[in-house]
This record gives sequence, C-alpha cells and structure tokens, in this order.
Amino acid sequence: MSNQQKHWEKTRGLLFITLAIWFVFSIGIFLFGAEMNEVTGPFGYPWTYWFTCQGSLGAFVILIFWFANRQEKIDEEFGFSEREDE
Amino acid sequence: MKGNFIDNLPKIYGIYTGGFIGFIIIMAIAEQMGMTAKTIGIAFVAFTVFIYALIGYLSRTAQADAYYVAGRQVPTVFNGMATAADWMSGASFVAMAGGIYFKGYGYMALLVGWTGGYVLVASLLAPYLRKFGCYTVPDFIGTRYGGNLARFSAVVVLTVASFTYVTAQINATGTIASVALDIPFQYAVYVGLISILLCSMLGGMRGVTWTQVAQYIVLIIAYLLPVFWISNKMGAGFFPHFMLADEVARIGELEQQFGFVKNAAADLKTVPKGLAGITKAHSAVNATPWAFISLALAMMMGTASLPHVMMRYFTTPSVKAARKSVGWSLFFIFLLYSSAPMLATLSKLSLIDPNLPTGIIGKTFAEVEAIDWYQNWNQANLMFISDFNGNGTLELNEFFMGGKAVVLATPEIAGLPYVISGLVAAGGMAAAMSTADGLILAIANAISHDVYYKIIDPKAETAKRLLVARVLLVIIGFAGATIAAMEIQGILGSVIWAFDFAMSGLFFPLVLGVWWKRANRQGAIAGMLGGLIAGAWYLVWVRTGGSGFLGITQLTFGIFGSAVSLVLMVIVSLMTAEPDKATQKMVDDVRVPSGKSILGKSH
Repeated sequence: MSNQQKHWEKTRGLLFITLAIWFVFSIGIFLFGAEMNEVTGPFGYPWTYWFTCQGSLGAFVILIFWFANRQEKIDEEFGFSEREDE
Repeated sequence: MKGNFIDNLPKIYGIYTGGFIGFIIIMAIAEQMGMTAKTIGIAFVAFTVFIYALIGYLSRTAQADAYYVAGRQVPTVFNGMATAADWMSGASFVAMAGGIYFKGYGYMALLVGWTGGYVLVASLLAPYLRKFGCYTVPDFIGTRYGGNLARFSAVVVLTVASFTYVTAQINATGTIASVALDIPFQYAVYVGLISILLCSMLGGMRGVTWTQVAQYIVLIIAYLLPVFWISNKMGAGFFPHFMLADEVARIGELEQQFGFVKNAAADLKTVPKGLAGITKAHSAVNATPWAFISLALAMMMGTASLPHVMMRYFTTPSVKAARKSVGWSLFFIFLLYSSAPMLATLSKLSLIDPNLPTGIIGKTFAEVEAIDWYQNWNQANLMFISDFNGNGTLELNEFFMGGKAVVLATPEIAGLPYVISGLVAAGGMAAAMSTADGLILAIANAISHDVYYKIIDPKAETAKRLLVARVLLVIIGFAGATIAAMEIQGILGSVIWAFDFAMSGLFFPLVLGVWWKRANRQGAIAGMLGGLIAGAWYLVWVRTGGSGFLGITQLTFGIFGSAVSLVLMVIVSLMTAEPDKATQKMVDDVRVPSGKSILGKSH
C-alpha cells in the first residue's frame, strides 16, 4: 500500500470516529429525550434541556478542534502537511 | 501603524471594539441628558452602517483573487468571526429566542441543527474544497465532474437556495431600518439594500470579510450585554448560562399553577395576526424523537451544503487553517446560540412570575394597561391582552406576544435604559446585513465566475469579469429587495426552506466528489437536478394539501430531496463509465493538504 493510501485510510478512520461522536450528540441522545429529561443534569438543568441549550453545542465545538488536531497529526505522520511558504 | 494590514488586525479591531463601546457610553450619557429614544435609535443604526460602508470602501480592489476569495489571507480566528456573522442572520438574532420562548424543545432542534452541521463542514468538506483552490462552490463541481452542464446545475441549486434565503434577510434589514429610522417599510427595504451593497460592491469578498468581522463584534455585544444585565438585575445569577436552573424550575412550577387553558377559537380570532400565547411547557420534551431529529438532521446537512458558508473557508491561507477556522466559527456562533435559551427563560419569567415587580400575570387589566412598556409594544403590534373569561385579572392564556418581542422588548420590560434598545437594533441590523451580503455575493460570484467567465466568455479580461460581477451584485440585490418589499413569506420559514433546497441538490454531489472516486459527471448531474426537483415537488405537494410520508414536513423536505439525490447519483454513476485517470488523480491530490492546489491562484 502506498504512503498516500495509508494516509487516506487513517483519514477515513478519523472521519468515522468523528461522525460517530457527532451522531451521539446530534441524534443519539434525542432518541431518549423524554426519559433523560426526568433526570437533573449539569448546573441543575434537566438533562435533555441542557443538551439542547448548551451541551451538544459545546460538544460540537470541542469535537471540531479535536478533529482538526488529529488530522494535522495524521498529515504530519505521512509527510503531507503543508509547508509554511505554500 | 507599522507592518501590513493582516499583522495589525488584532490592533485594528481592538481599537474598533473600544470605539464602539465608547459610542455606547456616549449614547448612555446623552440619554441621561435628555436625548430622545428616537434619536438614539437613528444614531446607533446610522453610525454602525457608516462604519461598515467605510470598511467596504477601504477594501476596494481590482484583483480577481481579492474580489473572489479575499486574497486567501484571512487569519483563522478572524475568518471564524466573519463566518459567524455570515451565518447568524436576522432570524437567529431577532427570531430565535422568541421561537424558543413559544415552542420550547421542538424548536430547539434548530439550535442543535445549526451548530452540529459544522462538524460535517469541518470533517467532510471545507479542508478539501480549500485545497481544491476554487473561487465558488460550482467551481468545484464544474472542475471535479467536468463539463458545463454539471457546473450550470450547481449554479441553479445555489441560486434557488441562496435567493430563498436572501429575500428573508433583506426583509429583516428593512424591518429594523423602518423601526429605527421611522420610515415606511417599502422605502426602508431599499435603505437596507444600499447599506448592504456599500459593503460588498467595491471590495467583493475582501470587503465583505472585513465588514463581517466588524458586524460580528457589534451583534455579539448587542446580544450578550442585555442577557447578562437582565440576569443580574433580576438577581437570577451573575453568569446566566450556568445559573438559571432555579428559574427554569420556577417557570415549570408557575406553568403547573396557572395551567395551559385552551382558548376558544372565537376568542383567538380577536388576537392580532402573528402574536401567540404561551401554550407549551418551557423545558419539557414536547416533540417526538423523529420530529426533533429530522429537523436537526435537515439543518445539519443543509449547513454543509450552503455555498455562502462554504466559500468563507476558501479565504483561509491554508488547508490546516480552514479546519481550525471551522472550529472558531462554531465557537463564535455558540456564544450567541447558547444565550438565546437563557434570554427566553429570563424574558418569560420576568413576565409571568407574580413575585417579580415586572410580572403581569395575576394583575388586573387596568394595571397592565397603565404600564408604559405595555402601551409601547401594544402600539407596535407586538403585545396584546384580552379578558376572555371576564374576571378582570390577566391569566396566562390571555396574554399574547410577537416572537420578535422577546429580543426587542425584554430590555425595556426589565427596566434597562433605552440605549440598550438602540444597541439591540444595531445588532439586529448587523446580523441581517452580514448574512445578506454573503448570500448576494455567493449568487453574483457563481453567475459571474461560473456562468459568464467559465461558460460564456472564457477569454474575458479581469477588469471586465469584475465589472460583470458588480453589475450582477446590484441586479440580484434589487431583485431580492423587490421581492422582500412584497412581504409574501415569513422570515423563519424561508430560511429553513433555503437549507432544505441546498441539501436536496448539493449535499451528496459535494461530499461524494471528495469521498467517492467513482462518482462521475452523469451521476452528479442526476443527483443535483433530481434532488432539487424531488425536494421542490415534495414541498409543493405538502403545501397544497398532500399528506406527506414518514413524518417529513414542509420544513424537512430536504431529507426526501437528498435521499433521491443520493440514490440517483449512485445508480447513474455505476451505470456509466468511471471518471478518467486525470480526474481520479485530481481526487487523490485533493485528499492531501500538501502540494499545489488543483486550480491556479488566478483562474
């Protein structure tokens, strides 16, 4: 397998992990919205309510920065990161 | 100042922010000295629009790559701010808190959808399209799949989606301008349009970028300052986002105590159009999982297909910066979106809690009618009370309000000085202008670059190309304003439709263009046109009394459209020849950040 194929394989792996986490916060928890809202969550808000106000939104922000850093590492590992002068 | 413009950005916008805060303080002092509310409103809107126009003038350019992609040198964080302003429209600013106030959980699917989409933007598309080096989204489609028909189909989808969106934004600009400047709406729409064009016409993407950063600063101050101020004034908490749990619980208690009494249809007829009462529990789960998830999903996929957002990531210096910039964009959006539910909570509690001095439920009608702010907003057609049961006391089901009032009236209800209301008007204007700018530019650029330059006259000189681009900008702006002046559709509904149109036609052709090498021209054309037609058909069918299926409504028709698009694209691609070697090599090159971009610096 060429260097580029290996790079793409890892990139794709990262995409699947990222999308899996994204799925949990955007879709997964809202499958159980009614049940989860019975429980008191962070800062005293009901869980589901908190996720729609802040939790999921914040999770997406963190997820994107985490993804960007991981992808940069993958690019460096295979020597595909951009040179500064490009 | 020493050094070049880009290095000095933090300093320039730091001074700008300081200057704006100084302006707010001067207005506050002027108010104390007796300046009228109307003059303050005019001063806020006129001053901020003048600054944007000045930035637009200073950013004028005669170079193609500056005009189309701001010279690809916008730093990560600043591009994040510009994208946030580009993204957050008049609907986000003025209507969102109101929607949460009235509809609660079911509406908050939009909060999740309009943020979660950025994960798709960052992981599936933005870095690859940046590497591609395109000027516009159809530029990517046209080069990746080849051929004028593919390019043209992308322009069609882009125009349908963005134009649906832009009329709503010009409408919002006009609404705010007409209130703040006290002129009729039909004229105010054109005042709004001219302000929008001043930002974008001379500098194209460069002008829009630097005005959007300035607009973000205004709109975020205008949104957060009142939220924090009201929360502190009510004693609800120093930092509302973490401290309103008791208030949310208290609203639940009051809702139980008052009960949701259903009004008779005859009584409801007397309520002015557009106003609503509180009929749903504030923090309860009031939508089925599918209703919530399908709306969120449609908004997320729509986010990743809207060209005016995608093209912001063409302006970063590198692929790496494009990825990080998506994170910053969402962070800046998060600041406003996570505050909207807090504003809705504060607004509702301050109105319905009889223990608070501002609460009106349980007071007599004579008492409420004597309140200054009630008279003002009743006159503005945003508040209404009516004694349905004739007991002389205001009940929860007898109080009606317009969605906009949550953002516009809450500062006044909470007893904040009028200077805050002027600030909020400037913020709403900034939000609507920045989005309209991005959208008009996206349409005009697609037509001038992809249709005129790439299809009609590939030999055109840069000067001629940019002239065509500017003429188109004005034409599209006026077309949008003319339709906006007719007021045929609501702001929020048409915004949501724009997302559905975009995802119907563009989501899979864009994503598969990077992630599926086998995708070819025939498949992409079938996917774009088939998806758009299927989505539009579903919308018309449901609007004309069709029953729909699978719980897909007129707000989520993009789910049907994009499913058709995916199926058509895969089947047609597999039935026709695979893309040639050169195209496959192109896809390989797009997938790695290093090396030259596919399209040259000036193309």
